[in-house]
Amino acid sequence: MTTRMIGEPIPRREDPRLVTGQGRYLDDLGAGALQVAFVRSPHAHARIVDIDVTDALDVDGLVAIYTYEDLAAADEAGSSHLSEPLPLLIPHPDLTHPRTAYPLARDEVNHVGEPVVMVVATDRYVAEDVCDRIRVNYEVLPAVVGLDAAIEATHLVHPDIPGNIGAHMVQERGDARAAIAAAPHRLELDLEIERSASMPMEGRGVYARWDADDRTLRVYTSTQAATSVRAAIAAKLAVPIDRVEVIAPDVGGGFGVKVVHPWPEEVLIPWAAMRLGREVKWTEDRREHFISSAHERGQKQKVRVGFDDDGRLLGMEFQVWHDHGAYTPYGLIVPIITTTQVLGPYKPGAYRGEFWSLYTNTVIVTPYRGAGRPQGCFAMERTMDAIADYLGLDRTVVRERNFIQPEEMPYDHGLVFQDGRGLVYDSGNYPALLDKLKALVGWDSFAEYAEQARAEGRRVGIGLACYVEGTGVGPYEGAHVRVETTGEVVVATGLTTQGQGHQTMLAQIVADELGVPVERVTVTTGDTRRFKYAVGTFASRTAVMSGNAAALAARKVRAKALRIASEALEVDPSDLEIVDGVVRVRGVPSSPGAKTEIPLSTVAVLSNPLRYAFDAEAARATQFAVGGSSEEPPVAEDDEPGLEAVDYYSPPRSTFAAGMHAAIVETDPETAEIKVLRYCVVHDCGNLINPRIVEGQIHGGVAQGVGGALYERMVYDSAGQLLNASFMDFLMPYASEVPTVETDHLQTPSPLNPLGVKGAGEAGVIPAAAVFASAISDAEGFAITRMPISPSELFELRERFAAGEIPPLRSRSGHISGEGRFVRAKEDSR
Amino acid sequence: MTPDRGPTEQTHDISLTVNGVLRQARVPARRLLSDCLRHDLGLTGTHVGCEHGVCGACTVLVNGQPMRSCLLLAVSVDGSEITTVEGCTDPDGSLGPVQRAFMECHGLQCGFCTPGFITTIAAYLRRNPNPTPEQAREAIGGNLCRCTGYQNIVASVLRAAEIMREESGDAGVPAAGHGRGERA
Amino acid sequence: MKPPPFSYHRPATVTEAVTMLDELGPDAKILAGGQSLVPMLNMRLATPAHLIDINRLDELAYVRVEPEGVRVGALARHADVEHDAAAGRAIPLLAEALRSVAHPTIRNRGTTVGSIVHADPSGEMTAVLCLLDGEVTLVSRRGERTVPAQDFFVAPLTSAAEADELATSALFRRPTGAATGTAWMEVARRHGDYALCGVGAVVTLNEAGALTTVRTAYISMGPIPQTLDLTLEAIGSNGDWRAVGEAAAAQLEPEEDIHATARYRRQLAVVLTARACRLAAERAERARRAAPSHPTGGAGRTGSGVEGER
Repeated sequence: MTTRMIGEPIPRREDPRLVTGQGRYLDDLGAGALQVAFVRSPHAHARIVDIDVTDALDVDGLVAIYTYEDLAAADEAGSSHLSEPLPLLIPHPDLTHPRTAYPLARDEVNHVGEPVVMVVATDRYVAEDVCDRIRVNYEVLPAVVGLDAAIEATHLVHPDIPGNIGAHMVQERGDARAAIAAAPHRLELDLEIERSASMPMEGRGVYARWDADDRTLRVYTSTQAATSVRAAIAAKLAVPIDRVEVIAPDVGGGFGVKVVHPWPEEVLIPWAAMRLGREVKWTEDRREHFISSAHERGQKQKVRVGFDDDGRLLGMEFQVWHDHGAYTPYGLIVPIITTTQVLGPYKPGAYRGEFWSLYTNTVIVTPYRGAGRPQGCFAMERTMDAIADYLGLDRTVVRERNFIQPEEMPYDHGLVFQDGRGLVYDSGNYPALLDKLKALVGWDSFAEYAEQARAEGRRVGIGLACYVEGTGVGPYEGAHVRVETTGEVVVATGLTTQGQGHQTMLAQIVADELGVPVERVTVTTGDTRRFKYAVGTFASRTAVMSGNAAALAARKVRAKALRIASEALEVDPSDLEIVDGVVRVRGVPSSPGAKTEIPLSTVAVLSNPLRYAFDAEAARATQFAVGGSSEEPPVAEDDEPGLEAVDYYSPPRSTFAAGMHAAIVETDPETAEIKVLRYCVVHDCGNLINPRIVEGQIHGGVAQGVGGALYERMVYDSAGQLLNASFMDFLMPYASEVPTVETDHLQTPSPLNPLGVKGAGEAGVIPAAAVFASAISDAEGFAITRMPISPSELFELRERFAAGEIPPLRSRSGHISGEGRFVRAKEDSR
Repeated sequence: MTPDRGPTEQTHDISLTVNGVLRQARVPARRLLSDCLRHDLGLTGTHVGCEHGVCGACTVLVNGQPMRSCLLLAVSVDGSEITTVEGCTDPDGSLGPVQRAFMECHGLQCGFCTPGFITTIAAYLRRNPNPTPEQAREAIGGNLCRCTGYQNIVASVLRAAEIMREESGDAGVPAAGHGRGERA
Repeated sequence: MKPPPFSYHRPATVTEAVTMLDELGPDAKILAGGQSLVPMLNMRLATPAHLIDINRLDELAYVRVEPEGVRVGALARHADVEHDAAAGRAIPLLAEALRSVAHPTIRNRGTTVGSIVHADPSGEMTAVLCLLDGEVTLVSRRGERTVPAQDFFVAPLTSAAEADELATSALFRRPTGAATGTAWMEVARRHGDYALCGVGAVVTLNEAGALTTVRTAYISMGPIPQTLDLTLEAIGSNGDWRAVGEAAAAQLEPEEDIHATARYRRQLAVVLTARACRLAAERAERARRAAPSHPTGGAGRTGSGVEGER
């Protein structure tokens, strides 16, 4: 029997290349290509007065300098559309004031790092020399930095957008305000999360070559959405789309930032390549990545809840002020996710979610792993802790009482999710997850441990957080599966890979469906030459979308193989099976060469009536007779030559994975340093395709969560300068800062798709800020309401706490009932 | 700001022994070793992640010592022996112990930072063949990875040590073993 | 992020190097380990017209134990100093502090003298040099001079070295006294980062075990490394190291930056001073007991404490 591959933690197919330095990332391509550097705005908000390139012109190695005027002239002379703003990818009726940037700034810059001049030179060193000699005169305008300034709107980012408000959106189920007003208990929380960023180890990059003879443009780009970049380039440069090829080579991490498209550079580099008739490449450096790509997370939030004596939610109102930066190319995805996924595994009673998406003179905000979910999770989990503290209940008890129960699935929240479809949970078992988490972390025995630690002068705390994650959003992905006459199986899907092991995971699926050894399956992703219709890699969607598409395509191939084999072997298809790449009659012992079996390679030969005997397989096929009488066409009307198939998977709506994390932290009573003693994860993403890969995704997500909770932030000054735009000061965790993650799994299959899988890519990062806020609050005895938190900030909070400016948790102060406040929060009880 | 460049930038002829092979290049003084390896010598396995010496993706061995190739001028290390990730294979070209360990332990995801880890670990294990899990974590403390959360890289360090012990025929009891937490 | 153009010079001797420094003028910069300079070049924050690469001056690649202490040549890498057994025995504080200097890979290339000349107020070895009453030897065409640590650090990233001078070595003095203990402690955001506050301590006991000197030095607590003599406070506090820490912090004026408030830095100074002094005192006491009747000359015994005697 062939070992079943789905569910096996097999090593990755892509690794031998990558561990020997044979990967091909963007900057590894195009040796000898011309190189690009940009003059980028040094100001957060300014009018461009003029651009003087005189001093730059005599630099040896300079090839070209382009400004907005050149784009306008090109549009005038041809049919390109480069002088128009970049597209708004995801319009939304509530995004009443969208704004996107020009590829090169026209007359105004709106954040530090916005591209103003493009320089092409013989190498990057020279290109930077040229940039240094170009003088741009700016009239500096007042900058709007931070949510407070955006809300205040004393100054406007875009003069025609009142109040700096790009969008205001409300979703409501029931009358939340009335339900809260009528509830026996009420709490109000003010919360805040700061900016972080995807920060993949490889920045962005684009390499283009124009074949003037063939009139074909090939563009390599470090993207999460190759097919969409292709469409954008074709439209912007007015090249027929069938003459444009876009390839995502090996991509050194994405985490969301590379799903934005087209980036200005993705249209400018190919444009320059066509114009110059030369290969042109741009490799983003780290400073550029900080100030010219995208950030995420920054929100202020207000939660109002009403609940009963048991802590059950009766009504919840959630208001979010979301900082989307200078432009809105990616629409409202992030705040929509925050205000829907805030609900987690709970039944909120009546719910009102409302957000304002606001302009600031800072780098744009687009999804970073988690995409608004970490913020939503933070709000809900801080609320659960507040309710528990208010009522004097264990934090797990309040959560349990609010859980959606397994028998209530599918559960309809009555809201609209990011994909425009209903927010309907397909399956899940939240009580079981919580039980597993409590067992894993030792929740019930922690009090004893904490007591003992306290006696030793140590301060420890435990925290937990729960989340539900909509994964595998549509609309579709497809896959192509072909059995070559060598017996090799090639698979292609259009979405891209940034290190998630898709080539292994998809090979496992196809190997099982076809009955071939996984070593014989080769997978290509993100190459529009191989597959042209795709959406992209984001929202934990690859296993769900491309995984199921590959399974469906493989099933078609299998059916065809059985049909052809059944003719050749003269048995009914239903009596056949495919094992180890051989179609054989069920129950008959293997006997190579016998008329009871036929290798898939031979079936592949038979599938094509044009059968030149190039190889032994073709020669062998001559012993089998397939096809009808000589009166019929060699390829039947409803048939095609070749043993291949394409299929698509398009789900009615998203599938919902879930998980719960707990952490034990120790805070130094003197230095306020925060040490993670344990980090536990239980996770349910349905059926596991490759447990090792899923585990790796969780580890990596948790590490980013630790970064986002305890280390990383984007520090802007009031003029809009990013003060920590380097790895020296943007504190991505090293191994010394990341805890060992202890994991346990639950597998609740999704009823929505053939494989029963849910997405796993983003899960690890979602609850981390909430978990650490919970654990640090527990250690300190007062509520943490703003993340990330540094030792310096914790120290300052302690000082305020000691001065009586921050109320204690009731569980610590001894008065469980009566007066009490949850930090800066107003509440009353009746 | 930038001093005047002459009509043509002055270049220097350098030779480096890279992965045991003598290589020559003509480079301007400012060429970083990382760029020299990648673009002048075509060894693109060495990756550039920050160009300010923090991430460690560009780590190569210079005369056996791990160093940041983005913080070295190629001309300054003229005459040195350099080992890159391409040179961390076994002599017959098959995967070296550290490379095998990364594959076995899922020590990489996107693979961009991996070359810097592999060179660093290869040098570390030569000096410390029996690391404890804590030491293994310390050994990789100067390299950033955004994908793995490091847990499986720590496991890879321990596994590589084990492979090296197996291959050297040293059947002695490993000092380290695999802590449950580190391989969980 | 690529360096701007410059012309490159590679002297073979110190004499040649200082001649170049003299002839090329103030637009020339010395390249030693380059672990601070090259990032600044890559970010084009430094744009020297000339680089004088001293990496071939093998005459400066030494770590030497001298009667007075440990002399470190300008081409000794941090790792050379850290792993030098004789230097470790003479002054255990060197290796202890060096382990907090960035990460091992950086220490393999970066030089100790280079980091001192760089005069970053967050650089560990600047404070260690001050704490140990060290000095820097500077050579120029005009001759050689020695600048005591107290006078060497002028301002952030500015040392007393003139543009035509090459720092050829630094001397770290072995603490004197019957029994001495030292310690280095710091708090950094991530392991290997520049410290938010770093403290080195030297505690000396007489043969009877009474405190004779308590000195500390700090990084990231002012524009230049700060050195304090806390002997009186320590004797007065009668073993209450926390009080010594408070007294120390009162004398420091740290600044706020994106990683820490000034108040928090001062808190760290209190705590780390207390912890470092306590540990240094324990080590001194251990050293005293290890040699009850044989205080060796003026150099005395220095307790490392970390793993007993090394």
